[in-house]
Amino acid sequence: MAVITYREAIRQAISEEMERDPKVFIMGEEVGIWGGTYAITKGLMDQFGDKRVRDTPISEAAIVGGATGAALAGLRPIAELMTINFGLVAMDAIVNEAPKYHYMFGGQMTVPLTIRAVGGGGRQLAATHSQTLDVIFAYFPGLKVVLPATPYDAKGLLKAAIRDDNPVLYIEHSLLYPHKGEVPDEDYLVPLGKANVMRQGSDVTIVSYSRMAQISLEAAEALSQEGIEAEIVDLRSLRPLDMETVLDSFRKTFRCVIVEEGWKSYGVGAEISTRIYEEAFDYIDAPIKRVAGAEVPMPYARNLEQLAIPSKDDVIQAVHEVLGIA
Amino acid sequence: MATQTIPLNQNAEVNSDKLVEMFRQMLLIRRFEEASEEAYAHGQIGGFLHLYIGQEAVAVGAISVLQPQDHIITAYRDHGHAIARGLDTNALMAELFGKSTGVSHGKGGSMHLADVSKHFWGGHAIVGGHLPTAVGLALAVQYQHQDAVVLAFFGDGATNIGLFHESLNLAAVWHLPIIFLCENNLYGMGTAVSRASAAERMVDKACGYHIPAQQMDGMDVVAVRQTMDEVVSTVRSGSGPHFVEALTYRYRGHSMGDAQRYRTSHEVKEWEERDPINVFQHILIDQGILNDKQVGQIIREVNHEIEVAVKFAEESPEPDPEALYQHIYVED
Ligand SMILES: Cc1ncc(C[n+]2csc(CCOP(=O)(O)OP(=O)(O)O)c2C)c(N)n1
Ligand SMILES: [Mg+2]
Repeated sequence: MAVITYREAIRQAISEEMERDPKVFIMGEEVGIWGGTYAITKGLMDQFGDKRVRDTPISEAAIVGGATGAALAGLRPIAELMTINFGLVAMDAIVNEAPKYHYMFGGQMTVPLTIRAVGGGGRQLAATHSQTLDVIFAYFPGLKVVLPATPYDAKGLLKAAIRDDNPVLYIEHSLLYPHKGEVPDEDYLVPLGKANVMRQGSDVTIVSYSRMAQISLEAAEALSQEGIEAEIVDLRSLRPLDMETVLDSFRKTFRCVIVEEGWKSYGVGAEISTRIYEEAFDYIDAPIKRVAGAEVPMPYARNLEQLAIPSKDDVIQAVHEVLGIA
Repeated sequence: MATQTIPLNQNAEVNSDKLVEMFRQMLLIRRFEEASEEAYAHGQIGGFLHLYIGQEAVAVGAISVLQPQDHIITAYRDHGHAIARGLDTNALMAELFGKSTGVSHGKGGSMHLADVSKHFWGGHAIVGGHLPTAVGLALAVQYQHQDAVVLAFFGDGATNIGLFHESLNLAAVWHLPIIFLCENNLYGMGTAVSRASAAERMVDKACGYHIPAQQMDGMDVVAVRQTMDEVVSTVRSGSGPHFVEALTYRYRGHSMGDAQRYRTSHEVKEWEERDPINVFQHILIDQGILNDKQVGQIIREVNHEIEVAVKFAEESPEPDPEALYQHIYVED
C-alpha cells in the first residue's frame, strides 16, 4: 500500500487505464501542455502524446458531445470539464444526449464515456465557479454520477467508470486534491453504486459523500471524545444510489444526519430521508436532520463563503440535535 | 526603447488634455494591478486574480470614445475596463479584498466588478456567458430608441464557444447597436490561438455573420481610440453591429500561479518592448505634450491614489454576516 494524494490517485487511474486500453484517451481544456489546471494530467501528454491527450478550444458542448460520438463509435473517451460549473454550458450533451441513446435506440447503442469535472466551493471563486451541482446531474436516469471522498475511491471509482459501458459523470472536489490516503499497489476497481461505511458506530448514522464525508469524519472523531459513536456512510455514488448500505446502518442506529455541500432544497438529504421514511419508518427514533450549504449564490468574501459551507461544527450540532442533547 | 511616431495631429479631436487623461488612466490601471498582485501575495485577496497588464491601451482607448449613456460589459479580466470607465478605485480595491465597501459589496470579487450607475454591467466569469447578455442590452437600446451603443469586450478564447456565435448572429439579424471587441492576446489560458481556433484572425469569424470587422493595434492607445471613434460613430448612426479585434498581449500569467509552460520569456520580453504605457509616454514627451516633470507628477498622483485605495480596502469592514442572505431576491 502506498500513501498518495487524491490528486495523484486520479492521475494514476487515468494513466493506468490509458496504458491498459489504447481506446482510452482524454480531451479537455488545458489537459495537455498546461498539465491540467489542477495538475491532474501533468506529464500525461509527454507519456501518451497529443493524439491521446488532446487540448481543446473552450468549447464544452463540443468536448462532451464530441466525446459522446467517439464513444458511440467504440472509443472510451475521458472528457474533462475544467470545472463542473462549465458543464452547464454543455448541459444538453451531458444530460440530454449521452444518457438517452442506449435506451432511446432500444439498446443498440452504448456510450462508454467518462466525464470528469471538479466541483465544490471554498476557494473564493464566487457564485458561478463554486457550485455543488451533483444532484441536478443525478436527476437523470441513464447517467451515473460518482463522487470520491478518498484517494482509494478516487482511483478505484475512476478506473471502474472508464471501464463501464455507460456514461459516467465523475465529480472531484478541489479541496480534496491534497488529501492523502492508502492505495493498493495492484490494479483494483471500486464498483459504481456501492456505498462505503467509512467509520463504524452505533449511536447515529451520518450519510454523506465527497468532501463532506471527510468533514463528517472529523466531526465523528470529535463526537467520539464525548462518547458518541457515529457511523459514517459515504455514498460514493448518487446514481445508482445504494440505499441498502444506508438502511442497514440506520436499522442499527435509528438516527440519521445527512450532510451535503449543496443546497438543502431538493437535495441529497431530501432524497435519503424520504427513502428512510418510506423503507424504515418503524426504525425512526428521532427526526432526521439535514446539514447543507446556505441557500445563496456563493459569495466571494472569505467570511461569507465560510458561513455558506457546512462545517464540522454544523455536523456536530446536528448530531447533538438528533440525539436530543441540547 | 522603441519609439513610434503617431500622427497625433491627424486627428483633430484628440486634444492634449484627452491624451494626458488616457496616459493617466493607463498608469492607474497598471499601478492598481501591481498593488493587487502584491496584496494577493500577502493573502489579502483570494480566489482568481486575472491581470490586464500589457493590455491597458485597449480598454482605455476604446472606452475613451464612449458617452455616459453607452453600455459596457466584459469578462473576468476586468480591472482595466472598470478603471477606464471611471469606477472608484477605492471601491474597486475593496471588492478585490472582499470588503463590504466594494463595488459589488464583497460578493463578487475581482472577476465581478460592476457599477450600474456608470452602465458598467460587469465582469463575467463564464467564458462567453456575457455575450448574449450584451446582445440583450443592445436590444433594449434599440427597442427604446435610445442614443446609445453597447461595447462588449471578450478574449480570443471566447470566440470558440457556441454562445459567441449565437450572439453575433442574433445581433446581426436584429441589426443591433453593439460593438464586439475581441482582445486577442494570443492565448486562452495556455492554449495559443493557433492551437484552438481554425481562423487565426478573429475578424474572419465575423464574416459569416456579415458583420463588418477590422483589426487594430491594441498596444497603441491612439490607434485604438481612432479606430473605435469611427466604429462607435458608425454604430451610433444605426449601422448595426461591428466587430473589432485588438492585437494585444498579457504580460502576466493567466491568473495567479501560472507556470507559463506554453510560452517563452523571450516572447513576453518582445511584447514588453512595445509596452503601451512606455511608448505613449515617449510620444507625449516627444510631441511636447508633457515634460518629464509633469510625467513625474502624474506618476506621484497615481501612486498616491492607489496607496489610498489599498489603505481604504484594508481598513474597510468585512461584509456583515447578515449580508449572506441579502440580495438573493429583490425585496419590496
Ligand atoms: C465556459 C467556461 N469554460 C472555461 C472557463 C475557464 N477559463 C477561464 S478564462 C479561460 C480562457 C479564456 O481566454 P480568452 O477568452 O482568450 O481571455 P483571456 O483570459 O486571454 O483574457 C478559460 C478556459 C470558463 N471560465 N468558462
Ligand atoms: Mg486570450
